[in-house]
Amino acid sequence: MNKVIKYVWLDILQNRIVLAYTVFLLVVSATLFGMESNASKGLMSLLNIVLMVVPLISLIFTTIHFYNSYEFIELLLAQPINRSKLLLSEFAGVASSLVTAFLVGVGGPVLLYAPGSTGAALLAAGVALTLVFVALAFLASVCTRDKAKGIGLALLIWFYFGLLYDGLVLTILFSFSDYPLEKAMLVLTTLNPVDLARIFIMLQMDVSALMGYTGALYQEFFGSMTGSLYALGVMLVWAVVPVWLAVRVFAKKDL
Amino acid sequence: MITVTKLEKSYGRLKVLQPLSATFQAEQAVSLIGPNGSGKTTFIKSILGLVVPDAGEISFLGEPIRGGWQYRRDIGYMPQIGRYPDNMKIRQVFAMMKDLRGTNQSPAQSNYLDEELIRAFGLPALFDKTMQSLSGGTRQKVSACLAFLFDPKVLILDEPTAGLDPLASEILKDKILKEKAKGKLILITSHVLSDLDELTTDVMYLQDGQLQFFKPVEWLQDITGEVKLGRAIASIMSNERKSERVNE
Repeated sequence: MNKVIKYVWLDILQNRIVLAYTVFLLVVSATLFGMESNASKGLMSLLNIVLMVVPLISLIFTTIHFYNSYEFIELLLAQPINRSKLLLSEFAGVASSLVTAFLVGVGGPVLLYAPGSTGAALLAAGVALTLVFVALAFLASVCTRDKAKGIGLALLIWFYFGLLYDGLVLTILFSFSDYPLEKAMLVLTTLNPVDLARIFIMLQMDVSALMGYTGALYQEFFGSMTGSLYALGVMLVWAVVPVWLAVRVFAKKDL
Repeated sequence: MITVTKLEKSYGRLKVLQPLSATFQAEQAVSLIGPNGSGKTTFIKSILGLVVPDAGEISFLGEPIRGGWQYRRDIGYMPQIGRYPDNMKIRQVFAMMKDLRGTNQSPAQSNYLDEELIRAFGLPALFDKTMQSLSGGTRQKVSACLAFLFDPKVLILDEPTAGLDPLASEILKDKILKEKAKGKLILITSHVLSDLDELTTDVMYLQDGQLQFFKPVEWLQDITGEVKLGRAIASIMSNERKSERVNE
Protein backbone atom coordinates (compact mmCIF):
# COMPACT_ATOMS: atom_id res chain seq x y z
CA MET A 1 0.00 0.00 0.00
CA ASN A 2 2.79 2.41 0.94
CA LYS A 3 4.48 1.66 -2.34
CA VAL A 4 1.40 2.67 -4.29
CA ILE A 5 1.21 5.95 -2.34
CA LYS A 6 4.82 6.59 -3.28
CA TYR A 7 4.00 6.34 -6.98
CA VAL A 8 0.93 8.54 -6.57
CA TRP A 9 3.15 11.20 -4.95
CA LEU A 10 5.76 10.89 -7.70
CA ASP A 11 3.05 11.44 -10.29
CA ILE A 12 1.62 14.46 -8.44
CA LEU A 13 5.05 16.03 -8.01
CA GLN A 14 5.71 15.62 -11.71
CA ASN A 15 2.77 17.67 -12.91
CA ARG A 16 3.42 20.66 -10.62
CA ILE A 17 -0.24 21.66 -10.18
CA VAL A 18 -0.04 21.11 -6.44
CA LEU A 19 3.06 23.26 -6.37
CA ALA A 20 1.20 26.04 -8.19
CA TYR A 21 -1.68 25.67 -5.71
CA THR A 22 0.76 26.09 -2.81
CA VAL A 23 2.26 29.22 -4.33
CA PHE A 24 -1.20 30.63 -5.03
CA LEU A 25 -2.29 30.11 -1.43
CA LEU A 26 0.95 31.63 -0.15
CA VAL A 27 0.54 34.73 -2.29
CA VAL A 28 -3.13 35.20 -1.40
CA SER A 29 -2.56 34.73 2.34
CA ALA A 30 0.48 36.97 2.47
CA THR A 31 -1.33 39.69 0.48
CA LEU A 32 -4.43 39.59 2.68
CA PHE A 33 -2.38 39.84 5.86
CA GLY A 34 -0.30 42.61 4.35
CA MET A 35 -3.36 44.65 3.32
CA GLU A 36 -5.25 44.48 6.59
CA SER A 37 -3.77 46.35 9.53
CA ASN A 38 -5.44 43.99 11.98
CA ALA A 39 -4.42 40.32 11.95
CA SER A 40 -7.89 39.04 12.85
CA LYS A 41 -9.44 41.07 10.02
CA GLY A 42 -6.90 39.37 7.78
CA LEU A 43 -8.03 36.03 9.10
CA MET A 44 -11.65 36.88 8.34
CA SER A 45 -10.85 37.71 4.72
CA LEU A 46 -8.72 34.60 4.45
CA LEU A 47 -11.57 32.54 5.84
CA ASN A 48 -13.84 33.53 2.99
CA ILE A 49 -11.18 32.65 0.43
CA VAL A 50 -10.48 29.31 2.08
CA LEU A 51 -14.17 28.38 2.19
CA MET A 52 -14.48 28.94 -1.58
CA VAL A 53 -11.12 27.96 -2.99
CA VAL A 54 -10.17 24.88 -0.98
CA PRO A 55 -13.29 22.86 -1.88
CA LEU A 56 -13.08 23.91 -5.52
CA ILE A 57 -9.41 23.01 -5.99
CA SER A 58 -9.76 19.79 -4.01
CA LEU A 59 -12.68 18.66 -6.16
CA ILE A 60 -11.25 19.61 -9.54
CA PHE A 61 -7.71 18.44 -8.90
CA THR A 62 -8.83 15.09 -7.50
CA THR A 63 -11.21 14.40 -10.37
CA ILE A 64 -8.66 15.27 -13.04
CA HIS A 65 -5.99 13.31 -11.25
CA PHE A 66 -8.23 10.27 -11.01
CA TYR A 67 -9.04 10.24 -14.71
CA ASN A 68 -5.41 10.86 -15.63
CA SER A 69 -4.29 7.92 -13.53
CA TYR A 70 -6.84 5.61 -15.07
CA GLU A 71 -4.09 3.88 -17.05
CA PHE A 72 -2.03 3.47 -13.92
CA ILE A 73 -5.01 2.03 -12.05
CA GLU A 74 -5.79 -0.33 -14.92
CA LEU A 75 -2.19 -1.49 -15.05
CA LEU A 76 -2.04 -2.15 -11.32
CA LEU A 77 -5.35 -3.97 -11.15
CA ALA A 78 -4.05 -6.72 -13.41
CA GLN A 79 -1.32 -7.24 -10.79
CA PRO A 80 -1.67 -8.92 -7.41
CA ILE A 81 -2.95 -5.77 -5.73
CA ASN A 82 -6.07 -5.35 -3.66
CA ARG A 83 -8.67 -3.06 -5.23
CA SER A 84 -9.78 -1.37 -2.02
CA LYS A 85 -6.20 -0.81 -0.95
CA LEU A 86 -5.40 0.68 -4.34
CA LEU A 87 -8.24 3.18 -4.09
CA LEU A 88 -7.41 4.03 -0.47
CA SER A 89 -3.77 4.57 -1.47
CA GLU A 90 -4.88 6.88 -4.26
CA PHE A 91 -7.01 8.77 -1.75
CA ALA A 92 -4.21 8.95 0.80
CA GLY A 93 -1.73 10.13 -1.85
CA VAL A 94 -3.97 12.89 -3.24
CA ALA A 95 -5.34 14.01 0.13
CA SER A 96 -1.92 14.18 1.77
CA SER A 97 -0.48 16.24 -1.11
CA LEU A 98 -3.32 18.75 -1.00
CA VAL A 99 -3.22 18.95 2.79
CA THR A 100 0.52 19.61 2.66
CA ALA A 101 -0.01 22.31 0.05
CA PHE A 102 -2.66 23.94 2.24
CA LEU A 103 -0.57 23.76 5.42
CA VAL A 104 2.41 25.32 3.69
CA GLY A 105 0.45 27.89 1.68
CA VAL A 106 -1.92 29.09 4.40
CA GLY A 107 -0.24 27.72 7.51
CA GLY A 108 3.04 29.56 6.90
CA PRO A 109 1.54 33.08 6.67
CA VAL A 110 -0.93 32.37 9.51
CA LEU A 111 1.90 31.33 11.81
CA LEU A 112 3.79 34.45 10.83
CA TYR A 113 1.01 37.07 11.07
CA ALA A 114 -1.72 35.62 13.28
CA PRO A 115 -0.52 32.78 15.48
CA GLY A 116 -3.08 31.66 18.04
CA SER A 117 -6.18 29.54 18.45
CA THR A 118 -8.15 31.25 15.69
CA GLY A 119 -5.36 30.65 13.21
CA ALA A 120 -5.17 27.04 14.31
CA ALA A 121 -8.94 26.71 13.85
CA LEU A 122 -8.66 28.06 10.32
CA LEU A 123 -5.97 25.52 9.52
CA ALA A 124 -7.94 22.64 11.04
CA ALA A 125 -11.04 23.65 9.09
CA GLY A 126 -9.04 23.92 5.86
CA VAL A 127 -7.54 20.48 6.34
CA ALA A 128 -10.96 19.00 7.13
CA LEU A 129 -12.50 20.69 4.06
CA THR A 130 -9.71 19.30 1.88
CA LEU A 131 -10.34 15.77 3.13
CA VAL A 132 -14.11 16.08 2.71
CA PHE A 133 -13.96 17.36 -0.85
CA VAL A 134 -11.23 14.98 -1.97
CA ALA A 135 -13.45 12.20 -0.65
CA LEU A 136 -16.50 13.55 -2.48
CA ALA A 137 -14.48 13.91 -5.67
CA PHE A 138 -13.34 10.30 -5.44
CA LEU A 139 -16.94 9.20 -5.08
CA ALA A 140 -17.94 11.31 -8.10
CA SER A 141 -15.08 9.95 -10.24
CA VAL A 142 -15.69 6.34 -9.33
CA CYS A 143 -19.37 6.63 -10.21
CA THR A 144 -18.84 8.13 -13.67
CA ARG A 145 -16.95 6.61 -16.55
CA ASP A 146 -16.61 9.73 -18.63
CA LYS A 147 -14.08 12.44 -17.72
CA ALA A 148 -16.32 15.35 -18.70
CA LYS A 149 -19.20 13.94 -16.69
CA GLY A 150 -16.94 13.39 -13.70
CA ILE A 151 -15.65 16.97 -13.72
CA GLY A 152 -19.18 18.25 -14.29
CA LEU A 153 -20.40 16.32 -11.27
CA ALA A 154 -17.50 17.67 -9.20
CA LEU A 155 -18.40 21.25 -10.18
CA LEU A 156 -22.03 20.57 -9.36
CA ILE A 157 -21.03 19.41 -5.89
CA TRP A 158 -19.10 22.63 -5.42
CA PHE A 159 -21.98 24.83 -6.61
CA TYR A 160 -24.36 22.98 -4.40
CA PHE A 161 -22.36 23.21 -1.17
CA GLY A 162 -20.74 26.59 -1.85
CA LEU A 163 -23.63 28.58 -3.28
CA LEU A 164 -26.95 26.81 -3.73
CA TYR A 165 -27.20 25.34 -0.27
CA ASP A 166 -27.12 28.70 1.52
CA GLY A 167 -29.80 29.97 -0.82
CA LEU A 168 -31.97 26.98 -0.02
CA VAL A 169 -31.47 27.46 3.70
CA LEU A 170 -32.42 31.13 3.42
CA THR A 171 -35.53 30.26 1.46
CA ILE A 172 -36.56 27.80 4.15
CA LEU A 173 -35.87 30.41 6.81
CA PHE A 174 -38.05 32.99 5.09
CA SER A 175 -40.91 30.71 4.22
CA PHE A 176 -41.15 29.20 7.68
CA SER A 177 -40.21 32.28 9.68
CA ASP A 178 -43.37 31.93 11.77
CA TYR A 179 -42.17 28.68 13.27
CA PRO A 180 -39.34 27.99 15.71
CA LEU A 181 -36.57 26.75 13.44
CA GLU A 182 -33.64 26.45 15.85
CA LYS A 183 -33.33 22.70 15.84
CA ALA A 184 -34.04 22.43 12.13
CA MET A 185 -31.26 24.93 11.44
CA LEU A 186 -28.82 22.83 13.42
CA VAL A 187 -29.62 19.81 11.31
CA LEU A 188 -29.47 21.80 8.08
CA THR A 189 -26.01 23.13 8.91
CA THR A 190 -24.73 19.67 9.67
CA LEU A 191 -25.69 18.70 6.15
CA ASN A 192 -23.18 21.11 4.59
CA PRO A 193 -19.46 20.73 5.34
CA VAL A 194 -18.70 24.28 4.16
CA ASP A 195 -21.16 25.75 6.65
CA LEU A 196 -19.73 23.53 9.33
CA ALA A 197 -16.23 24.81 8.63
CA ARG A 198 -17.47 28.39 8.76
CA ILE A 199 -19.20 27.88 12.10
CA PHE A 200 -16.23 26.04 13.48
CA ILE A 201 -13.94 29.01 12.82
CA MET A 202 -16.52 31.57 13.91
CA LEU A 203 -16.88 29.83 17.27
CA GLN A 204 -13.15 30.26 17.74
CA MET A 205 -13.18 33.90 16.70
CA ASP A 206 -15.78 34.73 19.32
CA VAL A 207 -17.61 37.10 17.03
CA SER A 208 -21.14 35.84 17.64
CA ALA A 209 -22.55 39.10 16.34
CA LEU A 210 -21.19 38.26 12.90
CA MET A 211 -22.29 34.67 12.98
CA GLY A 212 -25.91 35.41 12.58
CA TYR A 213 -28.63 33.02 13.44
CA THR A 214 -26.99 29.63 13.06
CA GLY A 215 -23.70 30.37 14.74
CA ALA A 216 -25.38 31.91 17.77
CA LEU A 217 -27.48 28.81 18.02
CA TYR A 218 -24.42 26.63 17.97
CA GLN A 219 -22.86 28.61 20.77
CA GLU A 220 -26.01 28.43 22.79
CA PHE A 221 -26.47 24.71 22.25
CA PHE A 222 -22.98 23.45 22.65
CA GLY A 223 -20.80 26.13 24.14
CA SER A 224 -17.60 26.82 22.22
CA MET A 225 -15.64 23.66 22.97
CA THR A 226 -18.36 21.07 22.42
CA GLY A 227 -19.59 22.92 19.35
CA SER A 228 -16.13 22.81 17.82
CA LEU A 229 -15.68 19.15 18.54
CA TYR A 230 -19.10 18.37 17.13
CA ALA A 231 -18.35 20.35 13.96
CA LEU A 232 -15.02 18.59 13.44
CA GLY A 233 -16.57 15.20 14.17
CA VAL A 234 -19.31 15.73 11.60
CA MET A 235 -16.69 16.88 9.07
CA LEU A 236 -14.85 13.63 9.68
CA VAL A 237 -18.03 11.70 8.94
CA TRP A 238 -18.35 13.76 5.75
CA ALA A 239 -14.91 12.53 4.70
CA VAL A 240 -15.16 8.91 5.80
CA VAL A 241 -18.58 8.06 4.37
CA PRO A 242 -17.86 9.12 0.75
CA VAL A 243 -14.52 7.27 0.80
CA TRP A 244 -16.23 4.18 2.13
CA LEU A 245 -18.92 4.43 -0.56
CA ALA A 246 -16.29 5.01 -3.24
CA VAL A 247 -14.42 1.87 -2.16
CA ARG A 248 -17.64 -0.12 -2.33
CA VAL A 249 -18.53 1.16 -5.79
CA PHE A 250 -14.97 0.68 -7.03
CA ALA A 251 -14.92 -2.94 -5.86
CA LYS A 252 -17.70 -3.69 -8.36
CA LYS A 253 -16.52 -1.46 -11.17
CA ASP A 254 -15.66 -2.93 -14.58
CA LEU A 255 -12.46 -1.68 -16.11
CA MET B 1 -6.02 -24.77 -13.21
CA ILE B 2 -8.89 -22.45 -14.04
CA THR B 3 -12.50 -23.53 -13.83
CA VAL B 4 -15.24 -21.26 -15.09
CA THR B 5 -18.83 -22.17 -14.24
CA LYS B 6 -21.91 -20.52 -15.72
CA LEU B 7 -20.25 -17.16 -16.12
CA GLU B 8 -22.66 -14.39 -17.08
CA LYS B 9 -22.11 -10.73 -17.83
CA SER B 10 -24.14 -8.01 -19.44
CA TYR B 11 -23.50 -4.34 -20.01
CA GLY B 12 -26.88 -2.75 -19.58
CA ARG B 13 -29.21 -4.67 -21.87
CA LEU B 14 -26.43 -6.13 -23.96
CA LYS B 15 -25.65 -9.68 -22.94
CA VAL B 16 -21.91 -10.06 -23.44
CA LEU B 17 -21.50 -13.49 -21.92
CA GLN B 18 -24.27 -16.06 -21.88
CA PRO B 19 -23.86 -18.69 -19.20
CA LEU B 20 -20.44 -20.03 -20.07
CA SER B 21 -18.49 -22.89 -18.52
CA ALA B 22 -15.01 -24.17 -19.30
CA THR B 23 -12.03 -25.82 -17.62
CA PHE B 24 -8.42 -25.05 -18.43
CA GLN B 25 -5.53 -27.36 -17.56
CA ALA B 26 -1.81 -26.76 -17.24
CA GLU B 27 0.17 -27.42 -20.42
CA GLN B 28 -2.76 -26.32 -22.52
CA ALA B 29 -2.38 -23.52 -25.00
CA VAL B 30 -5.89 -22.36 -25.66
CA SER B 31 -6.82 -20.14 -28.58
CA LEU B 32 -9.86 -18.04 -27.88
CA ILE B 33 -11.38 -17.08 -31.17
CA GLY B 34 -14.55 -15.48 -32.33
CA PRO B 35 -15.81 -12.43 -34.22
CA ASN B 36 -15.38 -8.90 -32.87
CA GLY B 37 -17.64 -8.29 -29.93
CA SER B 38 -18.10 -11.97 -29.17
CA GLY B 39 -17.01 -11.50 -25.56
CA LYS B 40 -13.42 -12.72 -25.72
CA THR B 41 -11.90 -9.77 -23.91
CA THR B 42 -14.74 -9.65 -21.36
CA PHE B 43 -14.11 -13.34 -20.67
CA ILE B 44 -10.39 -12.74 -20.15
CA LYS B 45 -10.99 -9.68 -18.01
CA SER B 46 -13.39 -11.66 -15.81
CA ILE B 47 -10.65 -14.18 -15.12
CA LEU B 48 -8.36 -11.30 -14.19
CA GLY B 49 -11.01 -9.76 -11.96
CA LEU B 50 -11.02 -6.54 -14.00
CA VAL B 51 -14.63 -7.17 -14.95
CA VAL B 52 -16.99 -8.29 -12.23
CA PRO B 53 -19.35 -10.97 -13.57
CA ASP B 54 -23.10 -10.82 -12.89
CA ALA B 55 -23.34 -14.51 -12.08
CA GLY B 56 -21.29 -17.66 -12.11
CA GLU B 57 -18.00 -18.52 -10.57
CA ILE B 58 -14.36 -18.66 -11.56
CA SER B 59 -11.88 -20.65 -9.55
CA PHE B 60 -8.14 -20.48 -9.90
CA LEU B 61 -6.08 -23.44 -8.67
CA GLY B 62 -9.15 -24.61 -6.78
CA GLU B 63 -9.85 -21.31 -5.02
CA PRO B 64 -12.77 -19.08 -6.03
CA ILE B 65 -11.42 -15.71 -7.14
CA ARG B 66 -14.38 -13.51 -6.21
CA GLY B 67 -12.98 -10.45 -4.47
CA GLY B 68 -9.54 -12.03 -4.15
CA TRP B 69 -6.35 -10.60 -5.55
CA GLN B 70 -3.48 -12.80 -4.40
CA TYR B 71 -4.16 -15.28 -7.19
CA ARG B 72 -3.04 -12.70 -9.75
CA ARG B 73 0.57 -13.23 -8.71
CA ASP B 74 0.41 -16.39 -10.81
CA ILE B 75 -0.89 -14.61 -13.91
CA GLY B 76 0.95 -12.66 -16.53
CA TYR B 77 -1.42 -10.51 -18.58
CA MET B 78 -0.75 -8.79 -21.85
CA PRO B 79 -3.66 -6.45 -22.65
CA GLN B 80 -4.96 -5.78 -26.13
CA ILE B 81 -4.09 -2.10 -25.80
CA GLY B 82 -1.45 -1.56 -23.17
CA ARG B 83 -2.02 1.75 -21.45
CA TYR B 84 0.66 3.23 -19.25
CA PRO B 85 1.22 6.44 -17.30
CA ASP B 86 2.27 8.90 -19.99
CA ASN B 87 5.25 10.56 -18.42
CA MET B 88 6.89 7.42 -17.07
CA LYS B 89 9.97 6.09 -18.79
CA ILE B 90 10.19 2.44 -19.83
CA ARG B 91 12.86 1.94 -17.20
CA GLN B 92 10.55 3.38 -14.54
CA VAL B 93 7.63 1.19 -15.60
CA PHE B 94 9.75 -1.94 -15.21
CA ALA B 95 11.21 -0.71 -11.93
CA MET B 96 7.74 0.08 -10.60
CA MET B 97 6.33 -3.32 -11.50
CA LYS B 98 9.28 -5.09 -9.92
CA ASP B 99 8.91 -2.92 -6.85
CA LEU B 100 5.15 -3.47 -6.56
CA ARG B 101 5.18 -7.17 -7.27
CA GLY B 102 8.32 -7.82 -5.28
CA THR B 103 6.64 -8.12 -1.91
CA ASN B 104 3.49 -9.70 -3.25
CA GLN B 105 5.13 -12.80 -4.64
CA SER B 106 4.42 -15.95 -2.69
CA PRO B 107 7.39 -17.38 -0.79
CA ALA B 108 7.40 -20.43 -3.06
CA GLN B 109 8.20 -18.22 -6.00
CA SER B 110 11.81 -17.27 -6.18
CA ASN B 111 12.75 -13.77 -7.11
CA TYR B 112 13.53 -15.06 -10.55
CA LEU B 113 12.86 -12.48 -13.22
CA ASP B 114 12.51 -13.55 -16.80
CA GLU B 115 14.17 -10.74 -18.72
CA GLU B 116 14.90 -12.74 -21.82
CA LEU B 117 12.21 -11.02 -23.85
CA ILE B 118 13.41 -7.54 -22.85
CA ARG B 119 16.79 -8.31 -24.33
CA ALA B 120 15.36 -10.09 -27.37
CA PHE B 121 13.23 -7.04 -28.25
CA GLY B 122 16.20 -4.73 -27.73
CA LEU B 123 14.26 -2.64 -25.23
CA PRO B 124 17.28 -1.62 -23.09
CA ALA B 125 18.24 0.80 -25.87
CA LEU B 126 14.89 2.58 -25.41
CA PHE B 127 14.83 2.53 -21.61
CA ASP B 128 14.94 6.32 -21.26
CA LYS B 129 12.04 7.06 -23.59
CA THR B 130 8.75 8.08 -22.03
CA MET B 131 5.72 5.86 -22.58
CA GLN B 132 3.82 8.56 -24.46
CA SER B 133 6.58 8.83 -27.08
CA LEU B 134 6.44 5.12 -27.94
CA SER B 135 4.86 3.66 -31.04
CA GLY B 136 2.00 1.20 -30.65
CA GLY B 137 4.28 -1.72 -31.48
CA THR B 138 6.89 -0.77 -28.88
CA ARG B 139 4.16 -0.43 -26.30
CA GLN B 140 3.02 -3.94 -27.20
CA LYS B 141 6.58 -5.11 -26.65
CA VAL B 142 6.62 -3.54 -23.20
CA SER B 143 3.29 -5.21 -22.39
CA ALA B 144 4.63 -8.57 -23.55
CA CYS B 145 7.80 -8.22 -21.47
CA LEU B 146 5.75 -7.35 -18.39
CA ALA B 147 3.53 -10.40 -18.88
CA PHE B 148 6.51 -12.75 -18.97
CA LEU B 149 8.68 -10.91 -16.46
CA PHE B 150 7.55 -12.63 -13.28
CA ASP B 151 7.60 -16.17 -14.66
CA PRO B 152 3.88 -16.73 -13.94
CA LYS B 153 2.09 -20.09 -14.12
CA VAL B 154 -0.62 -18.73 -16.40
CA LEU B 155 -0.14 -16.40 -19.34
CA ILE B 156 -3.09 -14.48 -20.71
CA LEU B 157 -2.34 -12.78 -23.99
CA ASP B 158 -4.98 -10.59 -25.64
CA GLU B 159 -4.12 -10.11 -29.31
CA PRO B 160 -0.39 -10.46 -28.64
CA THR B 161 0.87 -10.12 -32.19
CA ALA B 162 -1.37 -7.26 -33.32
CA GLY B 163 0.82 -4.27 -34.12
CA LEU B 164 4.10 -6.15 -33.87
CA ASP B 165 6.46 -6.29 -36.81
CA PRO B 166 7.13 -9.78 -38.29
CA LEU B 167 10.46 -10.13 -36.52
CA ALA B 168 9.08 -9.18 -33.11
CA SER B 169 6.05 -11.38 -33.57
CA GLU B 170 8.34 -14.36 -34.34
CA ILE B 171 10.39 -13.62 -31.22
CA LEU B 172 7.21 -13.50 -29.18
CA LYS B 173 5.90 -16.74 -30.67
CA ASP B 174 9.20 -18.49 -29.89
CA LYS B 175 8.93 -17.26 -26.32
CA ILE B 176 5.34 -18.51 -26.02
CA LEU B 177 6.39 -21.95 -27.31
CA LYS B 178 9.21 -22.05 -24.81
CA GLU B 179 6.90 -21.23 -21.90
CA LYS B 180 4.35 -23.74 -23.14
CA ALA B 181 7.06 -26.41 -23.07
CA LYS B 182 7.62 -25.56 -19.40
CA GLY B 183 4.05 -26.71 -18.70
CA LYS B 184 2.32 -23.35 -18.32
CA LEU B 185 -1.26 -22.64 -19.19
CA ILE B 186 -1.49 -20.16 -22.02
CA LEU B 187 -4.64 -18.35 -23.13
CA ILE B 188 -4.42 -16.43 -26.38
CA THR B 189 -6.94 -14.45 -28.34
CA SER B 190 -6.10 -13.51 -31.85
CA HIS B 191 -7.65 -12.85 -35.21
CA VAL B 192 -4.47 -13.86 -36.98
CA LEU B 193 -5.15 -17.58 -37.12
CA SER B 194 -1.91 -18.35 -38.91
CA ASP B 195 -0.05 -17.04 -35.85
CA LEU B 196 -1.93 -19.49 -33.66
CA ASP B 197 -1.20 -22.55 -35.81
CA GLU B 198 2.03 -23.60 -34.17
CA LEU B 199 1.06 -22.53 -30.68
CA THR B 200 -2.34 -23.97 -30.01
CA THR B 201 -3.39 -27.24 -28.44
CA ASP B 202 -7.07 -26.37 -27.99
CA VAL B 203 -9.54 -24.03 -29.60
CA MET B 204 -12.31 -22.22 -27.82
CA TYR B 205 -14.79 -20.58 -30.14
CA LEU B 206 -17.08 -17.84 -28.88
CA GLN B 207 -19.94 -16.20 -30.71
CA ASP B 208 -22.31 -13.62 -29.25
CA GLY B 209 -21.07 -14.55 -25.81
CA GLN B 210 -21.88 -18.19 -26.29
CA LEU B 211 -19.38 -21.01 -26.30
CA GLN B 212 -19.74 -22.73 -29.67
CA PHE B 213 -17.09 -25.36 -29.00
CA PHE B 214 -13.96 -25.98 -26.96
CA LYS B 215 -12.00 -28.86 -28.49
CA PRO B 216 -8.44 -30.03 -29.09
CA VAL B 217 -6.89 -29.04 -32.39
CA GLU B 218 -6.60 -32.71 -33.45
CA TRP B 219 -10.35 -33.12 -33.16
CA LEU B 220 -10.88 -30.12 -35.42
CA GLN B 221 -8.38 -31.45 -37.94
CA ASP B 222 -10.04 -34.86 -37.84
CA ILE B 223 -13.58 -33.82 -38.50
CA THR B 224 -12.75 -31.19 -41.10
CA GLY B 225 -9.86 -32.92 -42.82
CA GLU B 226 -7.94 -29.63 -42.82
CA VAL B 227 -4.47 -29.23 -41.32
CA LYS B 228 -4.41 -25.44 -41.09
CA LEU B 229 -6.31 -23.96 -38.16
CA GLY B 230 -7.73 -21.14 -40.25
CA ARG B 231 -9.21 -23.48 -42.84
CA ALA B 232 -10.53 -25.87 -40.21
CA ILE B 233 -12.38 -23.07 -38.43
CA ALA B 234 -13.68 -21.65 -41.67
CA SER B 235 -14.97 -25.04 -42.70
CA ILE B 236 -16.76 -25.55 -39.39
CA MET B 237 -18.31 -22.10 -39.57
CA SER B 238 -19.57 -22.62 -43.11
CA ASN B 239 -20.93 -26.06 -42.19
CA GLU B 240 -22.83 -24.51 -39.33
CA ARG B 241 -24.32 -21.92 -41.64
CA LYS B 242 -25.41 -24.65 -44.02
CA SER B 243 -27.03 -26.66 -41.27
CA GLU B 244 -28.76 -23.53 -40.00
CA ARG B 245 -30.18 -23.01 -43.46
CA VAL B 246 -31.32 -26.61 -43.58
CA ASN B 247 -33.01 -26.18 -40.23
CA GLU B 248 -34.78 -23.10 -41.44
